[in-house]
Amino acid sequence: MGTTASQLGKDSLAEYQELTFLTKQEILLAHKRFTELLHKDHKGDPHARVPMDRVLTLPELKSNPFRKRICHVFSTSEQKDGSLTFEDFLDLLSAFSDSATLEIKSHYAFRIFDFDDDGTLDSGDLEKLVNCLTGDTDDTRLTTEEMRQLISNILEESDIDKDGTVNLSEFQHVISRSPDFVSSFKIVL
Amino acid sequence: MDVDAVFYTDRSGKVTSNPLLDQLPSYQSLLYRRKSSAGGSKRRASSRRRLSSSGSGKWATSTISRQEEKLKVQTAQRPIRELAKTMAEKRRDKTQRLEEARDLSNWIQWRQNTRRYLKRLKDDAQVWLNSLQLWRGDIHLIEGMFGTGILSYFFFLRFLVMLNLIIFLLMFSFVMLPIIIVPYASGNTTYNQNDGSLCSVYPSSARRGLVIFHEHITDLLSGGGFLEQTYLFYGYYKVDKIHFSHITYNLPLAYLLVTIAYLFLSLIWIVRRSATGFKRSLVQDEDRFQSFCNKIFAGWDFCITNENAAKLKRSSLLYELKTDLEEERIKQKIADRTRKERCRIYLIRLILNIFVIGVLAGCFYSIYRATIFSQEAQMNNVKENFIVDLIIEYLPSIVITLANFITPLLFSIIINYEDYSPAFEIRFTLMRCVFMRLTSIGVLLFSLWSQITKCKEDPCICGYNHVLYSCWETRVGQEMYKLTIFDFIIIAAVTIFVEFPRKLMVKHCDCGLAKWWGQQEFAIPQNVLEIVYGQTICWIGTFYCPMLPAICIIKYFFIFYIKKVSLINNCRPATRPFRASSSNFFFLGVLLIGLALACVPVGVSVAQINCSQACGPFVNYTTSWEVLPATVSHLPSGVQTLLHALSSEAFAVSFFVVTCLAMFYVIALAGAHKRVINQLREQLAMDGRDKRFLIQKLCQAQRHLAVKSSASKLHRSRSSTSYHTSFSSNFDEGVFLAHPHPDSSTQV
Repeated sequence: MGTTASQLGKDSLAEYQELTFLTKQEILLAHKRFTELLHKDHKGDPHARVPMDRVLTLPELKSNPFRKRICHVFSTSEQKDGSLTFEDFLDLLSAFSDSATLEIKSHYAFRIFDFDDDGTLDSGDLEKLVNCLTGDTDDTRLTTEEMRQLISNILEESDIDKDGTVNLSEFQHVISRSPDFVSSFKIVL
Repeated sequence: MDVDAVFYTDRSGKVTSNPLLDQLPSYQSLLYRRKSSAGGSKRRASSRRRLSSSGSGKWATSTISRQEEKLKVQTAQRPIRELAKTMAEKRRDKTQRLEEARDLSNWIQWRQNTRRYLKRLKDDAQVWLNSLQLWRGDIHLIEGMFGTGILSYFFFLRFLVMLNLIIFLLMFSFVMLPIIIVPYASGNTTYNQNDGSLCSVYPSSARRGLVIFHEHITDLLSGGGFLEQTYLFYGYYKVDKIHFSHITYNLPLAYLLVTIAYLFLSLIWIVRRSATGFKRSLVQDEDRFQSFCNKIFAGWDFCITNENAAKLKRSSLLYELKTDLEEERIKQKIADRTRKERCRIYLIRLILNIFVIGVLAGCFYSIYRATIFSQEAQMNNVKENFIVDLIIEYLPSIVITLANFITPLLFSIIINYEDYSPAFEIRFTLMRCVFMRLTSIGVLLFSLWSQITKCKEDPCICGYNHVLYSCWETRVGQEMYKLTIFDFIIIAAVTIFVEFPRKLMVKHCDCGLAKWWGQQEFAIPQNVLEIVYGQTICWIGTFYCPMLPAICIIKYFFIFYIKKVSLINNCRPATRPFRASSSNFFFLGVLLIGLALACVPVGVSVAQINCSQACGPFVNYTTSWEVLPATVSHLPSGVQTLLHALSSEAFAVSFFVVTCLAMFYVIALAGAHKRVINQLREQLAMDGRDKRFLIQKLCQAQRHLAVKSSASKLHRSRSSTSYHTSFSSNFDEGVFLAHPHPDSSTQV
């Protein structure tokens, strides 16, 4: 393996293995891909941040309609600019890995889908979500009537306390009965 | 920044917090679930300060501390990586847990350490096992290009490879291996004696003299000639018993038991694999299986890496959503149909179904005639021409393939006139195709059976037509072998000669035909039906051709790579996507139907038809099944009485009754649970409304107070904390709480 300036120590590797759902090979691969993204000045710094637009050049995120939301959710930066450190990146991969529990995945999925960050999914969030899924240009959007019908169907299925929004428990409940979620909410390098 | 707020910053970046709602016990538990209080003593103090400042007093504090303790215990017991926190917070939790663990006794520490070590070992073993999985890299590539729906087809192929491998290992180790190791283990075998009667004449079919090259190919493709007297077919296993130094190995018994075992094993494995799918669809029949939430929340495959594939996925999602919404509207329309229209529709459906039955009957009859013609022509042994011979040998396979090619097209045209909802149309057409494919094998076997048991004199002397079919099991095995080979040839030929030219035509030619035909779609249902058809033949044929599972494994290997290349180069994803979960259910359901169908011919031939007297392991018995009673009669008498009791009617009836009772109990339990769930749902909705009502009243009361006090103190609190709430979307106007601006006009 090529010697990069910052190799992962065995202690850090063991710690990351314990704190995330990733295997040793996956952590090493993540480290390799992350250092490729780093600016060469920062290559030795373990707390270096990669700005969001560089993270979005990763092929796994490039075609994802939720890529910006993913960066924002996992970013721990003070300026809320979506930049990721290596540990944020590991958190991201851990939540999207094969062995992550359903609870973790649904928790992060909820935060990703919560576009306005208010802790619930209201009609605005759901509309933005559907537009992300279908494409945001004029000819790929649903008509207003169809959107209204769709959102009312979703709320009918998931909103248990009938307050017009989906909160975290309702979301986790509907996800636990969704058979496709675990297989689709997955990113593997 | 007050990090304890239940809600994050609002759009303007200002930190908002509502003291009233944040004090509610339910929101507090949400807060603690999000950021566990186990590590944040500072936060605990700050939250207590906040609470006391709004004057809720000691009651709230004590409730909070009790909840803290409970949640702390709960979160402490779970592994750290299952908490949804950032890495820094998880590290803090870990160091805190280690500190706490240091206070514990040595024994508990040692136990925790071993547990952690074992867990790490288990994880490593799991990783190593996963890396051994077949075709991992290829599947990852396909996943990136097409998403998880199509992936299920390749997982299914992999599962069938594993299944066939196990079946072949069973057959090999219990039937072939003893025969092979006899010379090395110094045993001796007793063969089935050729007692010279009329029934046990077995003319050799080996070719003599100068053998032309193309006859070898004919033999290879039809299983005759030099292949007939090999391990490949049933007729070769003439062994009766093998005597090793300590034990006597009863080969006929082993042969029969392995047959039963592989059918049973396949059943158990398929049912286990589909258990989750069945459970989900049986329990949640009030939601549609592909509900909107599933499509929206789990709709995007995060593993797609290809830009083109992402675009196609988006358009297919859009199409699917529009279709589902359309279907809802159609359902509404159907419910609004008048009586006259309904009668007309039912009449049309009846006529079309009769037409479909007629078409099916016609196909089955043509298969029957083709089989009889082919068998008679082979018996006549008039060798005309290499190609014509081959066509006659393969005639049943050709007719079956043609029928299976035409009927789906016919069904998809007919279904348009029957006016069902779109999802039901697809499912119903699929059911018809499944029925067609699997029943054609049954018809083939039935026509073979009618040929075998038809003799010149009315009840056959040997129970079967010994003149034409001196070793009828080998003949049946040869037919199954031919079906397998032909199936594989057709799959490869269609890919090479139809799909590649189609892609070339679409890419380079701009004519109308190219546009109308369009690029090839990877139609999962049809592909799966092909595979299930092949597997059903394998299950039926293994009894007559013990090496058929090995041939099937090689066939699936080639099919995987052919399909993968075809998919990547020729196909685009289907416009109506096949969901990963429902595919699993569908594949395994069809496979089970195939298995059920495979058990029937095997069962009938084992139990009813007289086995041939000239070849095979069952020469000394009338039917293959007789081995079992013969062996049981040699067992000690205690075991004999037990076995007789187990197979008696009394036991069977009481077992059936007990199973029925258990089933009724479980159904009643499920009904009761459903009722409770509905009641709880209504209660939850009611409580939500109560909460909103009470908060409304509280606002009103506070506003009256504020208005009264502001009348005397106009300079007070200009700071208006606007409150961003989920309730606002339900009310017509926003709700302002706590310290509203005195001039604000809020009406509730």
